[in-house]
Amino acid sequence: MKQPRRLAKWFVILLLLHGIVAAAGFFAPYDPVEQDREHPYLPPMHAHLIDAQGHIHARPFFYPLRPREGSFDQYEENTTTAVPLKFFESGAAYRLLGVLPSRLHLFGAEGGRIYLLGSDAFGRDQLSRILYGGQVSLLAGLLGAGVTLLLGALIGMAAGYFSGWRDEFLMRIAELFLALPWLYLLFALRAFLPLTVSPFDSFLLVVVVIGMVGWARPARLVRGVVLSVKERDFVRAARGFGASDLYLLRRHILPETAGVILTQAAILIPQFVLAEMTLSFLGLGVPEPLSSWGNLLASLQQYNVLVSYWWMYLPALAIVPFFLGYLRLASALQQRTVAYKIGEKDLWNPS
Amino acid sequence: MRKQRSFPRRCVITLSLILACASTTALPTLGSPLPQQTNPKEELLSLPGDIGHSGGRLVISLRAEPKTLNPLTAVDAPSREVIGAMQSDLVHINRATQLTEPALAKSWKISPDGLQYSLTLRLGLRFSDGHSLDADDVLFTFRVYLDENVHAAQRDQLIVGGKPITVRKVDAQTLVFQFAKPDGVEERLFDGFAILPRHLLEKPYQEGKLGQLWTTATPPSEWAGLGPFRLKEYVAGQKLVLERNPYYWKTDSKGNRLPYLDELVFLFVPSADAQVLRFQSGETDIISRLSAENFSVLGRQQRGYSMSDAGPGLEYNFLFFNLNDLGEKSSADLARKQKWFRDVRFRQAISAAVDREAIVRLVYQGRGAALWGPVTPGNRRWVNSSIPHSPRSLERARALLKEAGFSWSSSPNGESALLDPESKPVEFSILTSSSNADRTKMATLIQDDLKQLGMHIQVVPLEFRSLIDRVTQTKEYDACLLGLVSFDADPTPDLNVWLSSGGTHLWNPSQSHPATPWEAEIDRLMEQQLSTPGYDQRKKLYDRVQEILAENQPMIFLASPDILVGAKNSLANLHPAVLEPYVLWNVEQLYFRNGAESTGR
Repeated sequence: MKQPRRLAKWFVILLLLHGIVAAAGFFAPYDPVEQDREHPYLPPMHAHLIDAQGHIHARPFFYPLRPREGSFDQYEENTTTAVPLKFFESGAAYRLLGVLPSRLHLFGAEGGRIYLLGSDAFGRDQLSRILYGGQVSLLAGLLGAGVTLLLGALIGMAAGYFSGWRDEFLMRIAELFLALPWLYLLFALRAFLPLTVSPFDSFLLVVVVIGMVGWARPARLVRGVVLSVKERDFVRAARGFGASDLYLLRRHILPETAGVILTQAAILIPQFVLAEMTLSFLGLGVPEPLSSWGNLLASLQQYNVLVSYWWMYLPALAIVPFFLGYLRLASALQQRTVAYKIGEKDLWNPS
Repeated sequence: MRKQRSFPRRCVITLSLILACASTTALPTLGSPLPQQTNPKEELLSLPGDIGHSGGRLVISLRAEPKTLNPLTAVDAPSREVIGAMQSDLVHINRATQLTEPALAKSWKISPDGLQYSLTLRLGLRFSDGHSLDADDVLFTFRVYLDENVHAAQRDQLIVGGKPITVRKVDAQTLVFQFAKPDGVEERLFDGFAILPRHLLEKPYQEGKLGQLWTTATPPSEWAGLGPFRLKEYVAGQKLVLERNPYYWKTDSKGNRLPYLDELVFLFVPSADAQVLRFQSGETDIISRLSAENFSVLGRQQRGYSMSDAGPGLEYNFLFFNLNDLGEKSSADLARKQKWFRDVRFRQAISAAVDREAIVRLVYQGRGAALWGPVTPGNRRWVNSSIPHSPRSLERARALLKEAGFSWSSSPNGESALLDPESKPVEFSILTSSSNADRTKMATLIQDDLKQLGMHIQVVPLEFRSLIDRVTQTKEYDACLLGLVSFDADPTPDLNVWLSSGGTHLWNPSQSHPATPWEAEIDRLMEQQLSTPGYDQRKKLYDRVQEILAENQPMIFLASPDILVGAKNSLANLHPAVLEPYVLWNVEQLYFRNGAESTGR
């Protein structure tokens, strides 16, 4: 069985990636909002195995960087002191998955800070910020997709099942939603909200907004499936036996839409992660000092950052494996759905 | 006082690349043949400095189109910068020495009581259209500036002691200005009052159309000035081309008539980053108003240009709290916060906790100065150097807060929150302008500084207009981070900020009575310095104002950026100053070495 195996493979990969981000506290070496004002725009550090004297070490180590004389963002290695890489170090306090208090980090360094992916304008660790920022962006994507699919499935099923004027009404609303200029509406909405919105509220706002925007497309797809399914023999038969609308929808029609909904989920999640990034990039997402993939990239709006500090692009790379995973998952799901459909057809029409 | 520098980020990138290829059609030269050599009847001003040679065109970018070419109505920075190169005043402030020097008036005398100024004009002055100038033009000019119907932006400065000054003509070369009260600013007053051509403007003035005159659409033939350059061509949305004024009244020390340059071109480049790109590609010859980041980007790859740092300018950035008396209108939440804000110990604690040194290093890359008072070190004559530069001290901040009745809660994760005397957590928000990355950065640093005191701060970047609206109109805010730029080194232009009745008295604007004794004291001192002649006396009064401000911290002064400039190596005589216009103040003396002309067009 080739299809299920591929599905499982991408599913596991995605699970692992999300696991890393979910356990950001453990994988990130430092507190993402902690500023190291002596080291702004520090480039990624290199691990060494051979020291300046030519001795070989078994444990990778780093040379701390210090600003070059009279310079703001040019650094040189200070080869007099080595900072060895240590695994399972105790460091900044965090709560694993938001509950478990811990101080244990996957790695750290003794007697110095190491910046594997460099630091930002305030000397904050870029790696930690990317990992923590992923929590915001991915969660917004997942929740946003959840809201969208829930709305889309409900509205799509209602429209497809009841048809007539209800169908017309719901589908026109869906078209209206597709036509609205969402970004501008969001700017307007933000202006009406109170001045200070807590980080959690602005996160919720983003989730709700991207969730609300996207429901029209899955609703139309689900409606299409429902329209064809409700005329199938087994549904008619059940209706003939006196099954209620709710029973029919739940027992016979909803399962038929599962394939479409799952495929849509795999397509929508990365889209919504991207939507969150766009909003944060424009300053509508979670506020500083919290990070999300979008506001990490916001500093690239400045020309000098664009040309001087290449590691500020790294948050954009972080999304690549996730997107690849989701898109592969989506195509595997789609193939499975198609295969399943063909199999069913054969079963129904043994011509 | 000019409102803060904001850089409106417009997405529309001008089509100037296409325009660059379109050659400009030369307009017929106006007026009579160029008098290159000096005429014995003319009293020209001879300037020291390197002797240059004529020719060349200088291209510089402006971040917005000038709204007008009319000195009466110009308030925006681009208009003022352009007009500065096209007009002259009676007495001028030398931007480098920050002292006055003769301009159209070759000399002036102030009567012992300080009420009468008698100015003598140079002989043989001509407008850029060849028309000669005499005392009647000056009379006309000041009549226009003082006319309430004209709404001249500078009118306020001519009201001294509650009465408008009067101008009297003695003879064709001599004028007497009569003041109701002595003016502490003395002859600096005349800087910025462009002398207008009566022969062109009298008729429109009588018809009441002066305000609409001299827009950017004005044809060059209807325009005349006394500055080094005159109008040649205006291309809406792209550029303004000025040409050499052949009648300009300055020469170099060898008697060659200035300016050296044939043309001065202002390109309209809306974003700071685009200006950097234009300069990098050699399209523009000078770049000013640079951010420290762009300065270092340009400095890293110098190709045919060099960068210079003129030191801290007159911009001061500060954090201030909402100290408005809102009465009934105030929300309970804001009223509770205002109790802290009104406590001077709370403000002093915040000031002690702010890491100014880090602001200068991280925001300005070290190209700036930390501030403890409103007068920047760039204002050499007026800064009160005895104001203590207390380093950051969290201990002092904690002691001050404890004294004011604040306490700390202990929470399990080790982070303690600051509680006010009513045991409620200290949380507030800081507004910043979203278009100003520097100030947002400062706010992020302060947010972290104050977290260490257990305060929970939110930084709220707002679009500049709505921010100003909140601060001056609705007054719904907790704290705000802003900057102001004084356009002269004298304390008088900042009057509006320090007087409690002033509209820019940001923390509590336009009060009918001073809300606090120290604001009353500042009012008194500022009024007093205004009518006290003599620098020494005024300096003492203004020093005291600075002390009171530093003590009461209505504004927590943070930092002042350096004036950063880049220019092509071939450009000579460039001496960036900390007063506006930073680079073009001596535009008449700029020239290209070895006849090297600008490649830009």
